[in-house]
Amino acid sequence: MRRQLPLAITFITAFTLAVQYFIPHRTFEILYEVSQVWLQIVGAFAMVLGIVSLWQLHWGKARGRKPGWGYSIVTLVCLTAMIVFGFTGPTKLGEVGPGEWIGPFNWSYDNVLSPLSATMFALLAYFIASAAYRAFRARTALATILLLSAVIVMLGRVPLGDVISFGLFSKVANWLLYVPNVAAKRAIVIGVGLGVAAMSLKVMLGIERSYMGGE
Amino acid sequence: MTTVELLWNGLAAFLTLCIFSFLYKDNPFYKFAEQLVAGVALGYWTMLLYHTTFTDKVLIPIFQQGKLHYILPTIMGIMMWTRFSKKLAYLSRIAIAFYIGVGTGVALPLYMYNYVFRQLQATVVPLQFSWLGLNSLLMVSFVTCTLFYFFFSKEHKGTFGGLSKVGIYTLMAGFGASFGLTVMGRVALLVQRIIFLREYFIALFGS
Repeated sequence: MRRQLPLAITFITAFTLAVQYFIPHRTFEILYEVSQVWLQIVGAFAMVLGIVSLWQLHWGKARGRKPGWGYSIVTLVCLTAMIVFGFTGPTKLGEVGPGEWIGPFNWSYDNVLSPLSATMFALLAYFIASAAYRAFRARTALATILLLSAVIVMLGRVPLGDVISFGLFSKVANWLLYVPNVAAKRAIVIGVGLGVAAMSLKVMLGIERSYMGGE
Repeated sequence: MTTVELLWNGLAAFLTLCIFSFLYKDNPFYKFAEQLVAGVALGYWTMLLYHTTFTDKVLIPIFQQGKLHYILPTIMGIMMWTRFSKKLAYLSRIAIAFYIGVGTGVALPLYMYNYVFRQLQATVVPLQFSWLGLNSLLMVSFVTCTLFYFFFSKEHKGTFGGLSKVGIYTLMAGFGASFGLTVMGRVALLVQRIIFLREYFIALFGS
């Protein structure tokens, strides 16, 4: 029963929702809309699992004075502060009147989360460049195509590229982006679509059961 | 800049430099900034989810609008938490089964339509005797050859091998273009941060 009931629930919900797509009737539209809201609710409760797991990990590190425990305290303090700010102050910019302070929650997003996330991504520019230096050495024909394509797109996106090539680089860069790039992505997307469909059928029919865990 | 703005921007500049310090090597300043971002990000998304899902879709519908059928997904959501108990962990499977069931049921026709049929429809377009027509022809050829490359049920030899080779060349040209575009995006972010630091230090010390 512990395994059969979940399998039955998966089959019934998956089959019903797959079939509803082909039945243009209001009842099935409502069924689809309700299922999406229910999915969001169940998913939101699952988020608590993640938060509790993270809290347990960092709390354990801080209590046991394990290496790096000070950083765990930083995470816990920031997490707690944001939760307190979220409960006590405005969380949407629409709740704040003109000229009023946006509150600590929105302030933290604007002045801490947003700029620091951008800085983290900016940091990746260096690592991408150093990885490219190692990976892009034109040893084979394939590596040469990769290198040439990347260099042309990079030069085609800055004014200097057009100056040195009399406008050619931006044209070739656009062609590379709209023809080979789209073709490669399209083939990958078609493969992903077929893979998801096959996987969905396996889950629906109970062939793939790994989501139920061990036991 | 007012004194308060200088103070807050000083904090942002300090944290930005903390993150950039990783370019030298892993150090306590970077780790501090990293954990700070992790904590703030988690707290931010938690509260956003609380307000948009718990409040808007659980508390208000059940207690204010009397939509009692919302109790069912709430119970299923609470069942997820039984994973913390070894004895009751099996109950969480019911909620996961529902979640997976809805996900796969919706994904099956949608992925086939959007990821397969619509992509094929966009690839095979009426031919024209122009540059656009030539590009359309190239697009069909490149997509077909790339799909050949991903077909592993036949050995890549002879004509099939040649076509799949064109496929891998297409993939490499595409990956290179994507890479170039990503690098330029990251460099734009880097330029933004450097401009921010420059403006802050000009405001602090004068030009």
